[in-house]
Amino acid sequence: MAGKSFFIDTTRCTACRGCQIACKNWNQNGASMTKNTGSHQNPPDLDAQTYKLVRFSESVDKNGKLAWYFFADQCRHCIEPPCKDAIEAYVEGAVIHDEKTGAVVYTDKTREANFDEVKDSCPYNIPRLSEDGRIVKCTMCFDRVSAGLLPACVKVCPTGAMNFGDREEIMAMANKRLEVVKAKFPNAQLLDADEIRTIYLVVDDPKAYHDFAIASAASGIGRKLAMRRMTKPASRALRAMLPG
Amino acid sequence: MTNHWIDIANSDCILIMGSNAAENHPISFRWVTKAQLAGTPVIHVDPRFTRTSAKADIYAPIRSGTDIAFLGGMIKYIIDNNKYFKEYIANYTNGAFIVGDKFSFKDGLFSGYDAEKRKYDQSTWAFKMEANGMPAVDKTLEDPRCVFQLLKTHYARYDLDTVSSITGTPKDDLLKVYETYAATGVPDKAGTIMYAMGWTQHTVGVQNIRCMAIIQLLLGNMGAAGGGVNALRGESNVQGSTDHGLLFHILPGYLPTPAASLQTLAEYNKKYTPTSNDPLSANWWQNRPKYVASLLKSMYGDAATPENEFCYSWLPKVEDGKTYSWLDLFDSMYQKQFSGFLCWGQNPACSGANADKNRDAMANLDWMVVVNLFENETASFWKGPGVDPKQIKTEVFFLPCAAYMEKEGSITNSGRWGQWRYKAQEPPGEALPDGDIIIELFNEIRALYKEDKEATFPDPVLNLKWDYISNGKFDAHSVAKAINGYFTKDVTIQDKQYKKGDLVPSFALLQDDGSTSSGNWLYCQSYTADGNNMARREKDDPTGLGLYSKWSWCWPVNRRIIYNRASVDLKGNPWNPKKPVIQWVVEDGKGKWTGDVPDGGWPPLQNADGTANDKSKLPFIMKPAGVASIFGNGAKDGPFPEHYEPLECPVEKNPLSAQLTNPVAAVYGTARDIIKTCDPRFPFVGTTYRVTEHWQTGVLTRWLPWLLEAEPQLFVEMSEQLARMKGINNGDMAIVESPRGKLEAVAIVTKRLQPFTVLGQEVHLVGLPWHYGWTWPPDGGDSANLLTPAVGDPNTRIPETKAFMVNVSKKEV
Repeated sequence: MAGKSFFIDTTRCTACRGCQIACKNWNQNGASMTKNTGSHQNPPDLDAQTYKLVRFSESVDKNGKLAWYFFADQCRHCIEPPCKDAIEAYVEGAVIHDEKTGAVVYTDKTREANFDEVKDSCPYNIPRLSEDGRIVKCTMCFDRVSAGLLPACVKVCPTGAMNFGDREEIMAMANKRLEVVKAKFPNAQLLDADEIRTIYLVVDDPKAYHDFAIASAASGIGRKLAMRRMTKPASRALRAMLPG
Repeated sequence: MTNHWIDIANSDCILIMGSNAAENHPISFRWVTKAQLAGTPVIHVDPRFTRTSAKADIYAPIRSGTDIAFLGGMIKYIIDNNKYFKEYIANYTNGAFIVGDKFSFKDGLFSGYDAEKRKYDQSTWAFKMEANGMPAVDKTLEDPRCVFQLLKTHYARYDLDTVSSITGTPKDDLLKVYETYAATGVPDKAGTIMYAMGWTQHTVGVQNIRCMAIIQLLLGNMGAAGGGVNALRGESNVQGSTDHGLLFHILPGYLPTPAASLQTLAEYNKKYTPTSNDPLSANWWQNRPKYVASLLKSMYGDAATPENEFCYSWLPKVEDGKTYSWLDLFDSMYQKQFSGFLCWGQNPACSGANADKNRDAMANLDWMVVVNLFENETASFWKGPGVDPKQIKTEVFFLPCAAYMEKEGSITNSGRWGQWRYKAQEPPGEALPDGDIIIELFNEIRALYKEDKEATFPDPVLNLKWDYISNGKFDAHSVAKAINGYFTKDVTIQDKQYKKGDLVPSFALLQDDGSTSSGNWLYCQSYTADGNNMARREKDDPTGLGLYSKWSWCWPVNRRIIYNRASVDLKGNPWNPKKPVIQWVVEDGKGKWTGDVPDGGWPPLQNADGTANDKSKLPFIMKPAGVASIFGNGAKDGPFPEHYEPLECPVEKNPLSAQLTNPVAAVYGTARDIIKTCDPRFPFVGTTYRVTEHWQTGVLTRWLPWLLEAEPQLFVEMSEQLARMKGINNGDMAIVESPRGKLEAVAIVTKRLQPFTVLGQEVHLVGLPWHYGWTWPPDGGDSANLLTPAVGDPNTRIPETKAFMVNVSKKEV
């Protein structure tokens, strides 16, 4: 499989949030006047101005040992993106699934899609609705990558937690790192590596990091997507027949 | 730092203590992570489990303010378990020196204590001297009065049980840390310490660091790649500002500020130029008169002549024995002892300990000039919470200045690298670079002195060398060159000719006869005939150790790891052959050092056949004896670090001695200086810190929406146990109160804080960042320094903002 991929090594992430800020900087996304809600995770969730969010989770293992997990959440750029189907069920060409990189990029035409359906289609709870009606998320810094640059979040990472490159190299890097990490953390794993282009390495139950760290069963890539695929031509045909 | 940032990657064991490096020095973790990937264990010792702890291999909790107990226990462990590097101690430290008969230590007090003056007579800590004027030594380290044996006796009290009962660190954790770190005592391994304000901001701040320096010397970790004592500076240019004499007790280049009793340069030089009778001691400070003369030449130019002692008499003098630190200045301001204040690039209404005292003090001023990027709480103190502007007489002037990317110049990082920066864009509106503001200000002052025929003592103002302007603007290059220094006349030195106006190539060529100038001898070589060395950007790394000797320039003389002559054995072979910082190489019968710039080019102490080489010098060239100080008789609070409680502490007894707190700590006596120990109204330990997302008092970062979004409000972190006890839920508003002030903060209730068991009792600790203030954002909260005490370390007078006592309660809605 060609194209690009991210490798996010959570064992190296210090939650400096350089990626979160660099993402806002490159995309010229604004900030909200947040409140501290008793957590350092802020804004509390992804939003239309926040495509990349470092999630903070405290976790205690069965021996009482405390861990503080950091999960730099972002779009996974699925190999077969269900959101594309969900959007294009309403509007053709609203999503660019770039052949060269594998980036899944939303266009302004996403205004015409049904946001709830798009959100439900995503196994990772990523898409957000902007005030102007567009559906938005991480673009894989499509513009930077097309110009031979690294995505902003990768460029700014000081520790090597964020990595980006050709799919094969990234997979090799991830598998190699997994082998090393397993010696100390037997539960270490790569999350959904075969289905997506943003590959996380975690050392514990993915749920300890984030509810949507792995594809959620409710909206997963499995049955629901298959159903949608089956009904897609019909629903589009139906929409075409409807007035306005 | 004795070493530098990249060198952390070379370490065999990284101890992070008194620092939250992952959060406050995030880029340092590039190198920490690199070492960790190569198998280096990372240890974090801290009152809180932080983002640093989350990445560490070993985390050990410690009650804030008990680091000497923790480290003293490590000294005992190293000695008891024979983990020390004996050859290194015997040859490169004063561990073998015999201490004089007057020295003693009894129940927490060293000899020479004067209880009335709260001061030690340090002369009682002198070494025993031989007839030849050199200290008596016993290189077997067995004489009961030698430093090593006294050290062993001193720390014999610091057993695991006692240490654990003071620090609250479980014994298992203590042992794990001691074992892991002490493993670097073998010759070919080096451990490093990364510390910051968690160590300095205590009434025993200097001794915290001294204690670690002793450990590094016992283990032979000084001078080596991956070793050293490494202060992570709290601002990008703290190192540079310190080098250039920011603090009251030094002039640029660590030359002591002249005191009133030293009326002539001859007297000054006599007092501050050390002598050594040891032919093997380089005693580098014997050169001090050259550096002072060159500094005076750079200040007063042609007016400075040998006949008038280079205008030494024009230098302002401090009163003997009087201190002029931050705490002293605000104490004096509070007591109306002066009336005007230039507040440049700082925010004392939020940054200073006991902030309410500082805010009150500002109301005693006639005028205050605030130079900053944004209006801050200092500039607007007169309209702050609880203040009636009508009652404030202080006239405040605000001068907007350029941000760092709007001006050219150098900054010096923690690793002593002077790095040149360029201007990216013009400053907005009327904002000016600091240099231009200073130029305009001084030009005006000088004009006033010129006009006024009765001006008091006009000579230093009228004669100050002041040629740093080109095209009508401040010229950073002209200042950088003056700092480096010039030849002021044609001279020939060692058959080489230099012309008047040539830049001096190295401080080894500075003179005491007025033929050279240098604004800071340490920076001599930073800007030479080769150009601006601080602007170099070559990426060669021939040693593979990450020295990058042609990237920027570092003091002294581009030496990337100082004391590097201690990284080799007596014959010049590296203790660690895999990571040689320097190495003595003999080719065709001629020897030379390869690798980093050595601490002096003298040959090794021994020839290849083991005979002594009398042309050699000992490695610690800045010390008169040529060796490093395990016994440090220069510190005001004792030659060995001793555990004392913070001035505000949760315990009534110190199990190590009858002395509860540092007997010579700096204290102040105004109505605003209230200290409460073991007061049931303030039962919890408080501490302050920073987060990644904000910088200092947040004057810059609170105005950056992306950063404010990530950390929008003052918070107080506390354990689940304490929160339960006080009925506080996560996210509730809590009230935190100390004997000095009161704050509202969002409660973060977390497992990352746990109660400590201290002397059999449960002790809770809470912590707050000090980034906030009332100007912005609307619900951001106020400064955590409203809580902290203005008490200080006796050596540096840094305030004890890392350990004090508070109460917390839920804010009733």
